[in-house]
Amino acid sequence: MAGKTLYDKLWDDHLVKQRDDGSALIYIDRQLLHEVTSPQAFEGLRLANRKPWRLDANIATPDHNVPTTDRERGVEGIVDPVSRIQVETLDRNCDEFGILEFKIKDQRQGIVHVIGPEQGATLPGMSIVCGDSHTSTHGAFGCLAHGIGTSEVEHVLATQCLVQQKMKNMLVKVNGKLGPGVTGKDVVLAIIGKIGTAGGTGHAIEFGGEAIRGLSMEGRMTICNMSIEAGARVGMVAVDQTTIDYVKDRPFAPTGELREKAIEYWSTLHSDDDAVFDKVVELDGAAIQPQVSWGTSPEMVTGVGGNVPDPATEADPIKREGIVRALKYMGLAPNMPISEIKLDRVFIGSCTNSRIEDLREAAKVVKGKKVSASLKQAMVVPGSGLVKLQAEQEGLDRIFLEAGLEWRDPGCSMCLAMNADKLGQGEHCASTSNRNFEGRQGFGGRTHLVSPAMAAAAAIHGHFVDVREMMKGEQA
Amino acid sequence: MRAFTQHKGVVAPLDRSNVDTDMIIPKQFLKSIKRTGFGPNLFDELRYLDEGQPDQDCSQRPVNPDFVLNQEQYKSASILLARSNFGCGSSREHAPWALEDFGFRVIIAPSFADIFYNNCFKNGLLPIVLDEKSVDQLFTEVESHPGYELSVDLEANSVTTPSGQVFSFETDHFRRHCLLNGLDDIGVTLEDSDAIRSYEESRRKTAPWLFSA
Ligand code: SF4
Repeated sequence: MAGKTLYDKLWDDHLVKQRDDGSALIYIDRQLLHEVTSPQAFEGLRLANRKPWRLDANIATPDHNVPTTDRERGVEGIVDPVSRIQVETLDRNCDEFGILEFKIKDQRQGIVHVIGPEQGATLPGMSIVCGDSHTSTHGAFGCLAHGIGTSEVEHVLATQCLVQQKMKNMLVKVNGKLGPGVTGKDVVLAIIGKIGTAGGTGHAIEFGGEAIRGLSMEGRMTICNMSIEAGARVGMVAVDQTTIDYVKDRPFAPTGELREKAIEYWSTLHSDDDAVFDKVVELDGAAIQPQVSWGTSPEMVTGVGGNVPDPATEADPIKREGIVRALKYMGLAPNMPISEIKLDRVFIGSCTNSRIEDLREAAKVVKGKKVSASLKQAMVVPGSGLVKLQAEQEGLDRIFLEAGLEWRDPGCSMCLAMNADKLGQGEHCASTSNRNFEGRQGFGGRTHLVSPAMAAAAAIHGHFVDVREMMKGEQA
Repeated sequence: MRAFTQHKGVVAPLDRSNVDTDMIIPKQFLKSIKRTGFGPNLFDELRYLDEGQPDQDCSQRPVNPDFVLNQEQYKSASILLARSNFGCGSSREHAPWALEDFGFRVIIAPSFADIFYNNCFKNGLLPIVLDEKSVDQLFTEVESHPGYELSVDLEANSVTTPSGQVFSFETDHFRRHCLLNGLDDIGVTLEDSDAIRSYEESRRKTAPWLFSA
């Protein structure tokens, strides 16, 4: 019999019941809750007169709607009354049901996918869900983690289980070493560029290979975060020493004897050598360039040295039509060099790239330089209150402020513009977030997805430049 | 949940692939704490020429005459015909809520994003996967026959065209069973409470660090 994949192992370890009809009950170790996708779930519980199955499995925090300034005022500081009601509703629901919540003024508040790992509430081998598609982030810890809808949030609250069908196994292997200046973000954009936004549909993706093994937990989280942009609900990386070191001493992580016992189990969380995958894709890590997206879907991406494509050269009529539509929306001409796209704003943040390492990379690039006068705004939004604190202790905030970038309070911010931070119509933004959909960052706004280092470099120049060139200049 | 057995209705063709959930219902409408009332803002950015705001009277807004759902013959549509990777992007259940609230009961496409596909079943909305060729054929027929209707039968897993041509589709047993009977799946799961408890008991022994209390 062939060995098991990491996904097979996680599945088997969480299987409560296999039903005859092919569906299965899967146990959920951790549910993260936020204000946007939970109100109707709590309402459903109340209407059916049900209680949460297991309180200590849930952690909540508001993130999508919170303002990134004026935070001392707490909920009162939310100007938009509809947003305020949503955050207040989360507070009320957590208080009523007895769920642990990091409220808006708590230093531990932040984007759900940043605070889970930060708190050690995300541990290797867990099954983790959240009413948010970027829950795949937590797969970086060798977790079975994926986004769910609001009805399922209610289902997990009430039963601690999900009804699931087993997915197929897919391996994305990034061989070799990444070049300097090339980050996890570039790797995942290159993967999506290669396999497409539906390339992983129906599959749980495991990211492996030397380049992935060489990444920090932050880099791995960035990659798993965007597996949903490749169509896969689940993205995972096998547990190794990097993982085990990262979770050490975090508030929710086991200590002492319990940690030893846990490590024994965690060390088994990798695919067996003879495991069989339904689909395997390989990339050469050394060949990956810093990436920039030019269109309105994350697969519309190219290396920074490349050009905007010419629809005339696309043979498939549906794809051609897609390129034409994207270029029209983005206000770009065919064959235009990526470096000539004029930028209006720069956003460094989101659950993809707002962790301490991301901020360090960006700070390194802007240190001692000034943001281009042609930009309207360049902002840095840390992923959590604790990331913010650490960055300030390291002096990163001063580097950003001296260079002319804004230093904000934690939250989703301009990643989806549910709060006051948004793009104006027609504005181009270099963004470290994960989606460049039409209107995502504001009505008529145009998003270009990049790594933190590339966003920082773009902030200095007012257009995209190859951050590797800037780094060379530094060394000379 | 509303049960779904059979449905006959007007088909609206939405001829683009990768329709994402931001397009189906833009974020400013996700601030609602209710499950209903999203219909007027379905496809907001495609449907209207201005930027929509929550709690606005949509009947006063400038509409985009080119958008399919603004064309007279499709206003009463209840079956949406779409292209591949429909519903990609976020997990927001507001997307199926908006489609359902508008009056859709069926979506036909060559492929759907996983989370969206799953969310549809929870809301009495039936997503049907047909191959590219069949979808192409349906697009051609819809666009050349005003008032084109399809009949969908979940019991028989079939879609029937006005000329009597039948396409069959697949759905997995559990989802189909819940949808056919309008079942509350939390209730179904709770029937297995004992299995859940015994799983917890054994897991507490093998992985005690997962249980704080
Ligand atoms: S940062 Fe963006 S993608 Fe991440 S959870 Fe917030 S809104 Fe979603």
